Amino acid sequence: MARIIVVTSGKGGVGKTTSSAAIGLGLALKGNKVVLIDFDIGLRNLDLIMGCERRVVYDFVNVINGEATLNQALIKDKRVSSLSVLPASQTRDKDALTKENVGKVLEELGKTFDFIICDSPAGIEAGAMMALYYADEAIVTTNPEVSSVRDSDRILGMLASRSRRAELGLEPIKEHLLLTRYSPKRVADGEMLSVEDVEDILSIPLLGVIPESQAVLKASNAGEPVILDTESDAGQAYQDVIDRLLGDTVDFRFLQTEKKSIFSRIFGG
Amino acid sequence: MALLDYFLRKKDKPATTASKAKERLQIIVAHERNSRNKQPDYLPQLTEDILAVLRKYIKVSDESFSINLDNKDGNLNVLELNIELHDEQGKG
Repeated sequence: MARIIVVTSGKGGVGKTTSSAAIGLGLALKGNKVVLIDFDIGLRNLDLIMGCERRVVYDFVNVINGEATLNQALIKDKRVSSLSVLPASQTRDKDALTKENVGKVLEELGKTFDFIICDSPAGIEAGAMMALYYADEAIVTTNPEVSSVRDSDRILGMLASRSRRAELGLEPIKEHLLLTRYSPKRVADGEMLSVEDVEDILSIPLLGVIPESQAVLKASNAGEPVILDTESDAGQAYQDVIDRLLGDTVDFRFLQTEKKSIFSRIFGG
Repeated sequence: MALLDYFLRKKDKPATTASKAKERLQIIVAHERNSRNKQPDYLPQLTEDILAVLRKYIKVSDESFSINLDNKDGNLNVLELNIELHDEQGKG
């Protein structure tokens, strides 16, 4: 049985696509068969972050409308053969996705893949609802910032009431908190909500903390998901996320500022 | 200089902006959760039943239908149904 995981947040720009790309690639590097689906109909972007934008021929909506088969639309990753991407369409057709036809596509994908990662659009409109509807697990991507935390809480409400699992009265969606753009220094200075603060407010289990990192922009510039940058703090933090998703217990890293030496304590800097 | 800052640091620091953020979030999130949970248990089943009846006569997609139970002023409940009909429907 494939694990269907939605990467969601409510708020835009918090790192859903960056995280989907890193997590999808990371799971595939561990030998899993993974498909990444871009649910942001009209605003395709996952292809760009994955670096396969020039290989898009058919998209999700083409498959739904029967204009292409799944195999024609899936783009096989050039780095890891067990990873595929299903891109979003660029034409804005908000009625294209329905519970029925999305369900069929997911069922078909579930036959071959171990993980189906659904990259949700921002907001709480139909597209976001569709991305979370069939999920078994949700990675709630949150920045340590008031509007993002509030929106995440709203999405948690949706997961608990608007998903297939909620409607059928099944075991609820397993929720994971992924805190991104975390800056230990600003937390220490009292300028940023801490991991504990956000955990307190949202009260869902912590899956990972990704530090604010220059590596993320470099990675998207190059179309190489940041998890491939194994030297970087963000890349390593995503690697820990993968291990936790696969059931390992891994200590959280990058939560503290580096200890200052006596020298710099006295003389500043 | 850091050394000077250390000695000049005030004993009782004012509340940080992060703690203000946390306090504000705790209040608003608790408030919003309360209003979310106010929905009665029968609402999902009622929705299904109403849709089933409607679909005997007209085509209604899940997206063009919404149901809402609002509590106005604490003593008046309003059940609000919104059904979007497409042009060629509802005439016959």
